Amino acid sequence: MSTRAKELLVVGIVLLFCIIAYLGKVYGWVDTVVFSPMVSMIVVGIIILGLVFVLIRTLQGRLINRQVVFLFVGIAVIMPFFMSITQKIRTSPEVQQLYDAVAELPKGSKVLVSFDYDPPSAPELQPMAEAFLYYCLSNDLKVIIMGLWPQGAQQANLALEAIMKNEKLAAKGLEYGKDYVNLGYQAGNEFVIQRMGADFSSMFRTDYSGRHYEELELVKNVKNFSNIDYSFNLSAGYPGTQEWVQVAVDRYGLKMGCGNTAVQAPMMYTYLNAGQLVGLLGGMNGAAEFEQLVKYPGKGTKFMLSQSFAHMIVIAFIIIGNVAFFRSGRGKKL
Amino acid sequence: MEHVALWVAAFLTLGIISFLYKDNPWYKLCEAIFVGISAGYWFIVLFWDNIVGKFWVGVFPPKELNDVGELVNSVEPDYWLIVGAVLGVLMLMRLIPNIGWISRWPLAFIIGCTSGLYLINYFSSNMMRQVQGTIMPLLGMNYELSTYDIIGNIIIVIGTFTGLIYFYFSKEHKGWFGRAAKVGIWTIMITFGASFGYTVMSRMSLLIGRVDFLFGDWLGLIN
Amino acid sequence: MRREVPLLITGIVGVVFVLQYFIPHWPFSQVNTWFSDWFSIVGAFAIWLGALNLLKISALKVIGKKSDWGYAIVIIISFIIMVAIGFAEGKEFREQGTMFSWLYEYVYSPLSATMFALLAFFVASASYRAFRARNLDATLLLMAGFLIMLGRVPVGDSISFFLPENYQFSQVASWIMTWPQTAGQRAIMIGIALGLVSTSLRIILGIERAHLGGGD
Repeated sequence: MSTRAKELLVVGIVLLFCIIAYLGKVYGWVDTVVFSPMVSMIVVGIIILGLVFVLIRTLQGRLINRQVVFLFVGIAVIMPFFMSITQKIRTSPEVQQLYDAVAELPKGSKVLVSFDYDPPSAPELQPMAEAFLYYCLSNDLKVIIMGLWPQGAQQANLALEAIMKNEKLAAKGLEYGKDYVNLGYQAGNEFVIQRMGADFSSMFRTDYSGRHYEELELVKNVKNFSNIDYSFNLSAGYPGTQEWVQVAVDRYGLKMGCGNTAVQAPMMYTYLNAGQLVGLLGGMNGAAEFEQLVKYPGKGTKFMLSQSFAHMIVIAFIIIGNVAFFRSGRGKKL
Repeated sequence: MEHVALWVAAFLTLGIISFLYKDNPWYKLCEAIFVGISAGYWFIVLFWDNIVGKFWVGVFPPKELNDVGELVNSVEPDYWLIVGAVLGVLMLMRLIPNIGWISRWPLAFIIGCTSGLYLINYFSSNMMRQVQGTIMPLLGMNYELSTYDIIGNIIIVIGTFTGLIYFYFSKEHKGWFGRAAKVGIWTIMITFGASFGYTVMSRMSLLIGRVDFLFGDWLGLIN
Repeated sequence: MRREVPLLITGIVGVVFVLQYFIPHWPFSQVNTWFSDWFSIVGAFAIWLGALNLLKISALKVIGKKSDWGYAIVIIISFIIMVAIGFAEGKEFREQGTMFSWLYEYVYSPLSATMFALLAFFVASASYRAFRARNLDATLLLMAGFLIMLGRVPVGDSISFFLPENYQFSQVASWIMTWPQTAGQRAIMIGIALGLVSTSLRIILGIERAHLGGGD
């Protein structure tokens, strides 16, 4: 059989599996799959045996193909979705700091939340957004939402939609315009923040749905940052937390915490240490920790098992590579 | 429509993932779609948000009825915005070779704005505030800090100072200066290691998001 | 005209932004507002320039029948479809239920997210093939990465359960992030800020002219 034929065969089998699974979902033949603890352990055992095999091959001086490494990563990320292993998540000081800052706000305080990300960064930031909004609204804090990224305001609506399904929040009978408001997206990056320092309404003449700023009870008396008690910025890049710190925090004295993608989180520790930020959620781990604190277990918590497995695989490959490196003599090319 | 949407998204996701096997026509097709769609996306977003939303609506504000039933401008027109549009059109002159030089004017404006803004913002927040954050009483304002925090403060001071020494290339890294630079590079290596760990975390999170889509939203095999 | 005017524009605009920081009142506040609006408008035209350039390059590839020219057609078609739909749907193009938001949600987002997700695989492969503790510097980098990856997921504490609570991996990771990582990050941040500030000053004063290109 030629290589092309084999490739087509594999694609055909995968496609057939997907069609069957999809039809199963649509017509209700197939339910969600959950491994028993025993099967989960067997899967973990097989992964470990695979890694031992890779170690032996590497020690023999034969590096495995990168496709095999990819396969391990894929398995490590996919399999935990089917497992039912619970993990204890410990809270980091910066996450606790953010929680404390919000927890000590008196009822009715105004919290400004800026959604500066788009759907591709949602796996990390959407769980943070949901947990944060849930905590604020369930504790009678007033939430003012805005976005410096075109899709930010939509992400906020998705988060609001998700948390409103929660019984506790649904029972509160929250009112748009009074308890929370979405001012929508405004183009202009850090210039928007700068002009908000003088006057919010100059940047947001209407809210997301076109209602005039002055008609919204929650914000009609909000002139600038001096009327905001705390701010939370969800950021995936530029414009994001750095610009908020440079303009809103350092020029206008806004008290702010942030939730960042893990890639940019390390930089935020400098702002945290200098007191420019009060609290930080870094990546999916930060989201999971905050979900635990506010007792709103969402996707952050759910994804942490896959995250654990994925990290362990990368660590295992680093160890294997280095063991082989030292066994073969330092500096000798494998 | 939802079925089509899910299959399209899955087709494209798997197309990009197929690159892991090798470069192939499926991947190249998805890549080309990505390039075209993203260019079109930003073209439209900036047209409606900046050119229409800022310029057009600013110069020709929407009309609304006043108290006596007359149609009036909802806000005062801002004719100064026309200068911005003129600069924007000058930028497009770059496409015409003979008068392409005129696009330097709007470019100079953009560079001037960025320079002025960065000069102040970075000087204040990323330099002075960081220096201020580093030069702190090591034992606390009232000598109240724990040993853990005192050690941490010492690490911050030494790490930052030696890190800066490492970046100073006007003096040869020899003697005490070289030793300090060595400590600096160790600190920076730890920083890079931590950033690497966080980058792995971030990329894995995105992958987890895609897996959640494929096995959850699309195939319905997971909750 | 070709060099003096741009230099003058850069200088005046830059100085206004600096002055506005110290005197945030009229007239500087007003001029700053104009400049920020113009900046957004000019930025939009600049992206247009980029998009038109992409179309030009793709079209030339198709006309010249260069390698993979078929994919250049796909780029042009995708671009035209997105733009045509975006124009047709008006300024509500972003609302839920529009064709534009459909394309964004089911075409752009999956492609973009998966592109970045691919890096997860390559990071793992690079870790196996190239991430070696060859010397002290590399060892420090490797150990920091190793401890952060372990400490930032719950499995780290499960592995180090036998250690006192304050010495488990999550605490070690927190310690690294809070102190040595912050110190290094701060040195880099101050270094970058120094570079940016000096370059900005050179540009505003007209000493740095590279951005204006060659010629008269």
